Amino acid sequence: MVNVSDSKNYKVIGTNPIRHDGYDKVTGRAIYGADVKLPGLIWASIVRSPNAHAVIKNVDTSEAEKIDGVFAVMTGKDLPQQEDQFIDHGEGTENVAWSSENIMATQKVLYKGHAVAAVAAIDRYVADYAASKVKVEYDLLDAVTNVEDATKEGAPILLDSLVGDHLRKKVKNTNVASITRHEFGDPDKAFANAENVVERTFTLQMVHQGYIEPHNATAHWDEEDRIKVWTSTQGAFPVRTSTAAILKLDVSRVKVTPLEIGGGFGGKIPVYLEPVVSILSRKSGRPVKAVMERSSVFQASGPAPGGTITVKMGTDKDANIVAAESSIKLEAGGFPGSAVGAAVQCIFAAYDIPNTRIDGFDIVVNKPKSAAYRAPGSPQAAFATETVSDELARIHGMDPIDFRLQNASKEGTRRADGVVFPKVGNVEVLEAAKKSDHWNSDLGTPAKGRVRGRGVASGYWFNVGLKSTVNLSVNSDGSVVLVEGSSDIGGTRTSISMQAAEILGIEVENFRPSVGDTETAGYADVTGGSRTTYATGFAAVKAAENLIEVLKDRCAIIWSLDKNDIDFEDGTFFASKDPELKFTFKELASNLDNTGGPAASSGSVDLESAGGAFGTHIVDVDVDTETGKTDIARYTVLQDVGTAIYPAYVRGQMAGGAVQGIGWALNEEYYMKDDGTQANVSYLDYRMPTALDLPNIETIIVEVPNPGHPFGVRGVGEVPICPPVGAIGNALHDALGKRFYDSPMKPGRILNVLGKISD
Amino acid sequence: MAKVFLPYQLKKTTNNKDFIEVKGKTLNEVIINLEKMYPGTKEHLVQEGRIKPGLAAICGFSATRKGLLQELEEDTEVHFLPSIAGG
Repeated sequence: MVNVSDSKNYKVIGTNPIRHDGYDKVTGRAIYGADVKLPGLIWASIVRSPNAHAVIKNVDTSEAEKIDGVFAVMTGKDLPQQEDQFIDHGEGTENVAWSSENIMATQKVLYKGHAVAAVAAIDRYVADYAASKVKVEYDLLDAVTNVEDATKEGAPILLDSLVGDHLRKKVKNTNVASITRHEFGDPDKAFANAENVVERTFTLQMVHQGYIEPHNATAHWDEEDRIKVWTSTQGAFPVRTSTAAILKLDVSRVKVTPLEIGGGFGGKIPVYLEPVVSILSRKSGRPVKAVMERSSVFQASGPAPGGTITVKMGTDKDANIVAAESSIKLEAGGFPGSAVGAAVQCIFAAYDIPNTRIDGFDIVVNKPKSAAYRAPGSPQAAFATETVSDELARIHGMDPIDFRLQNASKEGTRRADGVVFPKVGNVEVLEAAKKSDHWNSDLGTPAKGRVRGRGVASGYWFNVGLKSTVNLSVNSDGSVVLVEGSSDIGGTRTSISMQAAEILGIEVENFRPSVGDTETAGYADVTGGSRTTYATGFAAVKAAENLIEVLKDRCAIIWSLDKNDIDFEDGTFFASKDPELKFTFKELASNLDNTGGPAASSGSVDLESAGGAFGTHIVDVDVDTETGKTDIARYTVLQDVGTAIYPAYVRGQMAGGAVQGIGWALNEEYYMKDDGTQANVSYLDYRMPTALDLPNIETIIVEVPNPGHPFGVRGVGEVPICPPVGAIGNALHDALGKRFYDSPMKPGRILNVLGKISD
Repeated sequence: MAKVFLPYQLKKTTNNKDFIEVKGKTLNEVIINLEKMYPGTKEHLVQEGRIKPGLAAICGFSATRKGLLQELEEDTEVHFLPSIAGG
């Protein structure tokens, strides 16, 4: 671990206690969405389009309705009609009309797997059988599944109602939902005067987050027109907001209980099933459960967008980057809203460049509506920038880390989108990378028939703040019940409790944390944007500070003193003028009777950024030049995390993000057939790396504390997926002497670049 | 005076200046004064009394959570950028 701040003498922060949810999860007692059982529960099955693009002529549910055991059938017409209406989730907006149409199509299907009807029946098998009896008539349309085809003259138009915003110009009959630009300085003049200019175009394919647990939801629409929803989600409150908006209900009519979550990575923020099972429950009078099968997870949830990115960068004779330009075209999927907005803000974030121009294109294609995936848009952008940066470093004969250090963004650097960086740790991470054992070790000798190369790349993510609430109450045995509303996708119950424990001066094992439902916990925005340990942890700090004030009041009552004469330090309350009068936290907890009732407190925040963060990855690859297969020989992740509250969790996030990025670089892609449908809809064919494919991922935590948090926390979970694709591309170049501009860099592509096979 | 950096699409309105100085102690006052200086800009930034959906107002280093009520110190930089989602 590299600490670049004044060392703080924390007692709880920086330790690795047994996680509060650990035993339940390793013993299988933890309750996930698919485990939900309720009296009278029936199952839903979704009827999905086999076509990538078609007009719905007719949906005939009559045969399904006659089947024994069927309780209800619905189509998109059972959902309330919507007009364009935007709801704010804090870190992004949602057009309810498009969300509703994405959940169940009424006029057109825009991708294979698009839902068109649903059935609820006595069990899953009857539901599936009945769903197979729903007859849908389609008028087939040509499909476009990439940004190039979608923007060609005469391309089939997906959304007749879409009016594109092209640099303020309103454009109809287009698949380009928006064009944005950021421009600073005079890039044209700077390029004209540059000593070296490199311009490359990259392609990336759509990839899935690959969470193991499929989407699921159970709902019961009761006699009082209130809906109870149980689901695995990254945010119970956003699910409540979206479900209520789609069903045109007040939020108070929807109660969402979040279950344990088997992975999300951004993909479990949108709703897909909740409104459907709610309608089926209203129609049947029964609670209704739906669980997606794996093929539907691939085809009908929200993957990360593919697209094309062009990057041009120029340097002067001293290897200073003087200009950069980019055009980023990302696939939104069937409805507008790709991650292009973030991609344009991240693409040159690691560098201090005085002249920049970045164009972003949000393009609808006949694929599932894309969603967030750890640092949405930034990994795609980093692949392009970090490859070109590596080329420029080699042109200047420089060590690639030295080139990055010379041009690194730092506090005071103006980002390409204009915003000035506060305190960030880009330089500190690069310096740690340069000193690392990995960077200073010999490459070694690969096995016969293989060649080895080393690559490095950096990446950036903003990290967000937003709203969180934490409630604390004290038990008579000195334990503390902590209730918060942030879904725990990375062990945050413990990392949040640790921050309150540090303030209260007690051990975190004394905490009983839980994630409440939307009528138990105070409001919390989505668990995403790497915000939860930062923002909900901040709320826990506030709640703990408020609890100390409550407990000082109680000491004042017990000791008949003025509250101002009560002090608190290191877990002990004492009278400042009488050292004999003191209580440990536990002693005081057992003496609260007759002092005014149970002691409780609350803390809530609405925060700005969690402190932007940088990571740098170093990778050694071994390539079999006969088969094109690439193995990871060694991999090191370095990242500025601010302050590591629970270092083992932090290392887990760093390694996990890197592994997902390795899959993105080497194997993963939505492999599309000519008819616009995806060929690889199971984990047999959609090849994600497993523990057997990889070495131990080495992690080096760099701590440049965030001045905007009491303990210096920055977001952690998203940065580590940004550098891998670029780092592996650069390592492949080091190994093979060939550049890769298309991802994934799979065996066939490697053999193609080596000239051993043709396209 | 706040330093207001407008989206590229609105720069033509302000003769392509990188930023313009606008009086105002809150974001709301700055936008009202901006509209007086460059009529037509407000509709691209504000909708129904709030920052327009999909847009974030960066006041200083990061997106404000106080919306139009955000207080601004002298020389605060204000940027209007796409709001960022996360995973």
